[in-house]
Amino acid sequence: MNRQGRPTGTGDTSPVQHRTFTGNYGLAIEEKLIFEIGRVDTTGVDLDEPDVFASRLGGLERKNATGLPGLTEPETMRHYVRLSQKNYGIDTGIFPLGSCTMKHNPRLNEKMARLPGIGDIHPMQPLSTVPGAIDLIAELSRWLIEMTGMAAVALSPKAGAHGEMCGMMAIKAALAARGEKRSVVLVPDSAHGTNPATAALLGYRVESVAVRDDGTLDPEEVKKHLSPDVAAIMLTNPNTCGLFERDVVAIADAMHEAGAYFYADGANFNAIVGKVRPGDLGVDAMHINLHKTFSTPHGGGGPGAGPVVLSDKLAAFAPLPFVTKDGRYVEHADEAGSAKPLGRLCAFHGQMGMYIRAMSYMLSHGSDGMKLASEDAVLNANYVRAALADLMSLPYGNKPCMHEVLFDDHWLEGTGVTTLDFAKAMIDEGFHPMTVYFPLVVHGAMLIEPTESESKASLDLFIGALRELALAAKRGDTARFTGAPHYAPRRRLNETRAARQPVLRWTPSKPQQEAAE
Amino acid sequence: MALRYTKDHEWISVDGDVGTIGISKYAQEQLGDIVFVELPDIGKPIKKGGEAAVVESVKAASDVYAPISGEVVAVNETLTAAPATVNEDAEGKGWFMKVKLSNKGELDDLMSAEQYQDYLKTL
Amino acid sequence: MRYLPLTPDDRSAMLARIGVKTVDDLFADVPADKRLKGLLPLPKRKSESEVERVLSRMAGRNTAAGAVPFFVGCGAYKHHIPATVDHLIQRSEFLTSYTPYQPEIAQGTLQYLFEFQTQVALLTGMEVANASMYDGSTGAAEAVLMAHRVTKRRKAVLAGNLHPHYRETIKTVSAMAEDKVITLAPKPDGIEDILSAIDNDTSCLVVQTPDVFGHLHDLRKIADKVHEAGALLVAVVTEAISLGAVTPPGEMGADIVVAEGQSVGNSLSFGGPYVGLFATRQKYVRQMPGRLAGETVDADGKRGFVLTLSTREQHIRREKATSNICTNSGLCTLAFTIHMTLLGEAGLRRLARVNHANAVALADLLAKVRGVQVLNKAFFNEFTIRVPGKATDVVEKLAKKGVLGGVPFSRLDPRAKLEDLIVVASTEVNTDEDRAAYAMALAEVVA
Repeated sequence: MNRQGRPTGTGDTSPVQHRTFTGNYGLAIEEKLIFEIGRVDTTGVDLDEPDVFASRLGGLERKNATGLPGLTEPETMRHYVRLSQKNYGIDTGIFPLGSCTMKHNPRLNEKMARLPGIGDIHPMQPLSTVPGAIDLIAELSRWLIEMTGMAAVALSPKAGAHGEMCGMMAIKAALAARGEKRSVVLVPDSAHGTNPATAALLGYRVESVAVRDDGTLDPEEVKKHLSPDVAAIMLTNPNTCGLFERDVVAIADAMHEAGAYFYADGANFNAIVGKVRPGDLGVDAMHINLHKTFSTPHGGGGPGAGPVVLSDKLAAFAPLPFVTKDGRYVEHADEAGSAKPLGRLCAFHGQMGMYIRAMSYMLSHGSDGMKLASEDAVLNANYVRAALADLMSLPYGNKPCMHEVLFDDHWLEGTGVTTLDFAKAMIDEGFHPMTVYFPLVVHGAMLIEPTESESKASLDLFIGALRELALAAKRGDTARFTGAPHYAPRRRLNETRAARQPVLRWTPSKPQQEAAE
Repeated sequence: MALRYTKDHEWISVDGDVGTIGISKYAQEQLGDIVFVELPDIGKPIKKGGEAAVVESVKAASDVYAPISGEVVAVNETLTAAPATVNEDAEGKGWFMKVKLSNKGELDDLMSAEQYQDYLKTL
Repeated sequence: MRYLPLTPDDRSAMLARIGVKTVDDLFADVPADKRLKGLLPLPKRKSESEVERVLSRMAGRNTAAGAVPFFVGCGAYKHHIPATVDHLIQRSEFLTSYTPYQPEIAQGTLQYLFEFQTQVALLTGMEVANASMYDGSTGAAEAVLMAHRVTKRRKAVLAGNLHPHYRETIKTVSAMAEDKVITLAPKPDGIEDILSAIDNDTSCLVVQTPDVFGHLHDLRKIADKVHEAGALLVAVVTEAISLGAVTPPGEMGADIVVAEGQSVGNSLSFGGPYVGLFATRQKYVRQMPGRLAGETVDADGKRGFVLTLSTREQHIRREKATSNICTNSGLCTLAFTIHMTLLGEAGLRRLARVNHANAVALADLLAKVRGVQVLNKAFFNEFTIRVPGKATDVVEKLAKKGVLGGVPFSRLDPRAKLEDLIVVASTEVNTDEDRAAYAMALAEVVA
């Protein structure tokens, strides 16, 4: 029996003022670069030297060391665990980035991606040894086609922007097949930067179409730009202001009448899955971001996957490789039959690791779950809108939005607090900021997309914090904002210096040669 | 000669045949901290309203349009190492290029300093 | 539904707060005649175990590389991935984080990107590298576009022994951008007359080493001539581990190095997601596509990292961007850098030696099979054999005997009509038993 007790109250409760010796603060641990802690002769992998080594490298043996540092397994684990602790993720809290669709990443998806029959199959092993892989590709294609009401899908694009390139290439190929060469692509001024970048890459001149006062596109305005030289329009629907383009059918019709095509940027597909099909709205090509709508992980910036659904006007031009309707896998133009594939967009088959994750998501939700997810996504965004409309300004008025709500910085005028400052103060409150300064059509934009993954309790906490911050800004409590963030692993970073004096890698310190110069 | 301005926020100061061109104080403020300036090659012909240079800040990039037509005879090399000069003294030491004018009449279309200030108030 | 937290009571309360009766009122702008009436004709929701059953069955019909003697390469390689790598990339703060646009709460991502960029530069022998492209093939296409920007010319020359998929990818992008591409014919013996295709209109020469047949090339011999013509030398490496044993392109005069990084830390995954390495000279950094992490300080003077030189990118330059690229390879980039950290110089060199030794042992074994000829004198971990009959038939028959023996070249490039060649890869995962099984099966098949 232990008779010796110890104090168990909170002890000395005076506020903590001292700096630590290490620079660490409890679990917030500073971590150096691997080049500063690793050693070139250390390795965390056990491998025996080959019994016999007679080089057959033709005189091209590597003579100079790489200089790459190594760490043992425990050191490696600590390095990356500590780094991870400096990141915010969806698993940390609400991640309200507009148009990014930061929904929950189901762990079942990760488990499925690691099935040996998916993760450990080589793209170039004989197709007869991977019938299940072909089936997965065919099944995913079927679901995407069914959800969008389109005729075909090109699965291989490796990301959304890559998908945009694919869709626009299909349009360019279709025009060429008609013997036409048009040189202009219309893009609303609210568009994501990848849209004009993609059009320019393919040699098109981009013409900006202004949105009207309610944030949507006017078909009459679009018609003003139409001519036999216009190849396509690139539209996001719902658009980047979070609004459904209610005149989308009229716009599609106008484009088609002029012999042009309608490319849809599917970044905001999450608002409408199971509610309306892009194919029914006149879309000719649309890329789908599997890492947005279909929950494949954002992974700190990638990998993505951007399959492109195509209308029957464009189906023939889908890139290689593809599965035909009767289950045949086509890898070469000579096997394509009547199709006129525009070529390969990348090596091998595409982002299989993302297909399985998206398929796992789709099977889990099913048609009923996906419809409910879209409805909850739109409900959540409108709830946030309703709860903040009295304090923050809505550039297009307080009316229903879709899965994301757009505020501007009009309400901050005269406070000395900018959109940027407001976002940084959110970090101190424990939230990742919403998208800021996009779209470019409103001043100081703040675009909030909660997604369907947020509970009402989570939304209420978020709304509560934003309300407090908004009131603080209006009260003139600027110090809270202009020095923010105060409590993150780093305070505000000097991006000017990073751009003026770019240091893009660690460099070994030079030996004392400089004295001689 | 006093500075004259364009609606796109460029300025030009003419001495004889040669005009010195830069971006206005307002423009550098809008861009934020300038990090890079892409200057034209010497000898390049430029047309009034054509793209003459590009100026970049951290978060933005902007084309700089020629206020007049002519040929580039000098560029401000110091901006490569010190782009901040554009922020510090946009209408003086932060000049971008010197151009030999081909049509002095084009200067008449430009705004005086006062007219430019009035114009800024309308934005 | 297990992923949707809202309850029916929540929904009612929220609708009331918003001031609408039903959620469909929020979809009022969708044209009434286009709204879907019922559910999509797709299966309804499934529990975890049901999903697992469906997908496991599907996956179970595929022959996994680890289950059989495995010798397939050509741009994707089976290497052992340490358990640490897969564990770490699944940490929530890596898996579910986003592009580090708010650097104060993304120092984890930004620091590993900075470390990755440095590792790629060291590995390739170049001055600077970006935070990754989608993969080697799209990276190669971007390298060609970059060479066009730098030289202000628009004609690329592609060596004949460049991986056909990479060649096709470059051709597709170039055709759409209306740029010229000269492609040379594949040469299984590894001897190509590349320089005669270069003239003063050429923006770049794209050469792969080790090439698609496994031959190694000394780029020094062609670098000078390429530069004299005012063009850039783009080196392509499809097996990143080779850089642990072979002179890197950066030491042979390359101006841009593009590599497939899948070998380091990333599973085969039927072709994706992979990770493209992209490195170049410091003087070209503003023309380089893709994300870049840079070092700086914060308000307290502490070292930190941010995305930088963003004005090259689509979200700022829009139609004048260096590329339309938005994502990098995120988790795959992380997997690469973790595995490379575990290896270090010593581990990487040893791994490369084991790969080469295994390939040499296999080549010697296969050369003894009657009717089979090994084409390569020098190679790293991949070489080409000439077999009697059609290579595709031989590979299928080997598969039926339980050996995945390589890639018939005609599958990559049917038009070249090189129908008796198999490209064979051998890594550290192959054992003596694997090699013996291959030799025996091959002997039976070609007899």
